[in-house]
Amino acid sequence: MPAPSTQIVNVRVLLFASYADRLGLESVRVALPLLATVGDALDHVRTLPGGDQIPPRPLCAVNLVHAGLETRLAEGDEIALLPPLAGG
Amino acid sequence: MGHLTAAPIDPAVLTARIESPAHGAIASFVGQVRNHHGGRAVGRLEYSAYGPMAEAECQRIVREAEAEWPVRVALEHRVGGLEIGDIAVAIAVSAPHRDEAFAACRFVIEAVKRRVPIWKKEHYLDGAVAWVDPTGSPLDEVPAS
Repeated sequence: MPAPSTQIVNVRVLLFASYADRLGLESVRVALPLLATVGDALDHVRTLPGGDQIPPRPLCAVNLVHAGLETRLAEGDEIALLPPLAGG
Repeated sequence: MGHLTAAPIDPAVLTARIESPAHGAIASFVGQVRNHHGGRAVGRLEYSAYGPMAEAECQRIVREAEAEWPVRVALEHRVGGLEIGDIAVAIAVSAPHRDEAFAACRFVIEAVKRRVPIWKKEHYLDGAVAWVDPTGSPLDEVPAS
């Protein structure tokens, strides 16, 4: 039986540049248990084909702000996995 | 005003934006596309960005500089395809005196490199293509066929 919706957070994970190339994806929808963190979303993405090419501790952002792996997720959050930055 | 642009950057436009009668000093930084990286000849490159976050992070960096020093800051970063010599990033800072202008300009470029989600794909003259990792070697290089 599916868990009640209040026990799940639905989030979107965005991939860019080399990470998007490695997975052949630019975004993934993920349903995680309540109290899940950025690290939990990352763990899920790393199980996808090509996901093992993403390092265990990449730069991450939640809702357009840099965030650590321990950051708690809320319904509708937009998580971004950021390859090494190369602007400037 | 947006900080990311697909159009060529004109540093004079940025300078005009931050000039002030109370500010006697203007410092600027312009980053251009280099024709070499790691000993290899680069023909052209492409910048891609996480647009909404890159805009937000640039805005935060400008606000931090303007809170730390008595300065006005203009910042633009190019995205899309660039040729050798094209301007990739430009910063203009005005301040009452030069110390604050230099300090804020240095802060902004270092913060852009460390914090703004922009990525660079280099196309080498030998035909290979790679995402650049400033912390190490090129990522996922696709060799010339």
